[in-house]
Amino acid sequence: MVILFQSKPSIIACGAVAGPLERKSVFNSYFDSIVEDERWNQTTNEQGHSKMISEACDIVIKKANIKNLDIDFFLSGDLVNQMTPTNFAARELACSFIGLFSACATSVSSVIIASLLTDLGASQLAIAGASSQHNAIERQFRYPINYGAQKPATSQWTVTAAGYALIGKHKPDHPSVIAGTIGKVVDYGEVNPFHMGGAMAPAAFDTITSHLKKRKQKISDYDLIMTGDLGKIGLKILKAMLAQSGVKQDELQLLRDAGAEFYGEDESFQAGASGAGCSAAVFFSYIEQQLKTGRFNRVLLVATGALLSPLSFQQGETIPCTAHAIEITME
Amino acid sequence: MDPQEYQQLEQQITPPTPYVKNVLKAFLVGGIICTIGQAITYFFIIFFDFTDKTAGNATVATMVFISMLLTGFGLYRKLGQFAGAGSAVPVTGFGNAVISAAIEYRTEGLVLGVGSNMFKLAGSVILFGVGSAFFIALIKLILVSVGVLEW
Amino acid sequence: MLFLNFLIAFIVGGLICVIGQLIMDVGKMTPGHTLSILVVAGAILDGLGFYEPLIDFAGAGATIPITSFGNSLTHGALAEAEKHGWVGVLTGMFEVTSSGISAAIVFGFIAALIFKPKGKAN
Repeated sequence: MVILFQSKPSIIACGAVAGPLERKSVFNSYFDSIVEDERWNQTTNEQGHSKMISEACDIVIKKANIKNLDIDFFLSGDLVNQMTPTNFAARELACSFIGLFSACATSVSSVIIASLLTDLGASQLAIAGASSQHNAIERQFRYPINYGAQKPATSQWTVTAAGYALIGKHKPDHPSVIAGTIGKVVDYGEVNPFHMGGAMAPAAFDTITSHLKKRKQKISDYDLIMTGDLGKIGLKILKAMLAQSGVKQDELQLLRDAGAEFYGEDESFQAGASGAGCSAAVFFSYIEQQLKTGRFNRVLLVATGALLSPLSFQQGETIPCTAHAIEITME
Repeated sequence: MDPQEYQQLEQQITPPTPYVKNVLKAFLVGGIICTIGQAITYFFIIFFDFTDKTAGNATVATMVFISMLLTGFGLYRKLGQFAGAGSAVPVTGFGNAVISAAIEYRTEGLVLGVGSNMFKLAGSVILFGVGSAFFIALIKLILVSVGVLEW
Repeated sequence: MLFLNFLIAFIVGGLICVIGQLIMDVGKMTPGHTLSILVVAGAILDGLGFYEPLIDFAGAGATIPITSFGNSLTHGALAEAEKHGWVGVLTGMFEVTSSGISAAIVFGFIAALIFKPKGKAN
C-alpha cells in the first residue's frame, strides 16, 4: 500500500552512533559518534544496547536544539526479545512511545508511522529509528560470541549501531518524506538462517515494484534506490529479479545496498552487514547528509526485515520477510 | 516469479560452498590438534609415569584447558571460522561449546545463567553419546544372554 | 618410530574431521547435529569392536576427536555389563570418560568468572 504524505513532513535532524568495530565501515565519517566500548561501559550487552539508543536520541535532540519535553512521540524498535533495550531507552526519554517490530525494516516503518502522525497534526516532533548491538543479537539468534562455528559466505555481520531521525512539520531546506509503502510479508521458502539476503530479496523486489507502479515512476526517476541489509549476495539476487522483470542495466546501477557497502570489501564480514542498526545508521547519516548537500534530490529507502525467531527456525519454519519503503525528496 | 523459479535463481547467484577448500582446512587443523594431543600424551607418559591407557584422560583435560584459554581470548572463534569441523570435532571443540556458553551467560548470574546454559550447545553430544552407549550395551547384553555373542 | 606415530595421529584425526566437515557442508547440518552424529558413530564402532584397534593404531588421532567420547561411554557400559549384567549398563557409562565433561565444566566455570564475550570480527 502506498501512502502519500500531503504535508510533506521533514527530517529535521539525525543522529547515528556506532560501536568500535564500525570504525571499519565506509560510512564511518558520517556517524556522529563512535564508542570504544561495545557495551557502552555498562555491565551487560543489553544495557549497552539501551545506552547506545539513548545516546543517539540525545544527539538528535542536541542537533535540533530542542528539549526532551518538545518530543511528542518516540517510535522505535530493535531485535532483542520483547525489545527491552528500546523500552528502557524510552523510559529515559519519557515521552509517548510505541515499540515497533519489523525486524531490520524498523528504521523505515518507524519513519512511516512518524510521518503519518505528523500528517494528522498529532505530532509536532517525533523521533523515529532503530538500532542493533552485535553481541546482544548474536547470542539470541545464533551462537555464543566465542563459539567457533564456521559461517558461510552468505552470512552477514550484525552491526552495532543506532540511527534516529527527528520527523517534524515541513521545513524548507530539509529532506521531506513525501510517500511511503508499507510492504507485504513475502515468503519464498528460504529456510537457511545464514542466507538472509536470499530470504529478503523477494520482499524488497515486491515493495520496490509496487511503489514504482502505484507512483507511476521508473527507477531512473530516482537518484538512488537504497535497500537496507540485503548484503552483497542479496543485492545481486534483487538486481537479477529486476532484470528479469525488464529493468535495463543502466537503471540497475541506481540500486545500492547499505549492508553490502557497510564494511567495504573486507571479507571477514562475509556478505556484508545486517541488523536493524545497519540501515538506520546509514539512512540517517550518510543519506540524509547527501540529500542536504544536494547530491541526491529524490531517493527511495527500502529497509528489509527477516521476520524469524530462533524458535521458528528450530521448528523448521521458512523465513517470512518484509520490506518498507519511503520516498524522500530535497527541493 | 513463483518460489521454485526463485530458488533456482537464488542458487545460480549464491556462490557454491567451497567443499574442497573446507575439507583441506578441516583436515589440516584437525590433524594438527590431534598431533598436539599425541605430544601431550607422550609428555604425560614420559614425565609423569602415566600408562598408554591412563594418559588419555589427562590429555583430554589438558586439551580442554587450552581450549578455555583460546575461547576466552576470542581465538577459538577465529580458528573455527577457518577450520570448520577441523576445530569443532576434536575434544577442544566440545570444550569450546561448553566454555563459550558459560562465558556468554555470565551476565544472567552463576545459577540461572552459567549453570542453566552451560550445556546449551554441548548437551546434545552428551545425550546422544549416553543414549547410544546405553542401547548398544543393552543390545550386546541381550545377544550375549541368548548366546549369539560372547563378551 | 615416534615420528610415524605423530604422522598417523595427524592423518587419522584429520580424516575424522574431514568426515565432520562433509556432514556439515554436503549434509547441510549444524555443528550440533554433526557432533551428535559423530558421537553415535563412535559408540556404534565400539559396539562392533572396531574403535579400540583404531586407538591402538592412531593414538591421539582416535582419542581426541569427539567420536572417542561415544566410544568410551560404550566401552564403560560394556565392561560393567559384563561384570554386573543389567545394572552395569547404567553404572558403567561414565567409568572411563568423566575427564572430558568434568574438565569442560570446571574450566567453563572458571572462564565464566574471568572472561567477557567480545564481538570482534575475524
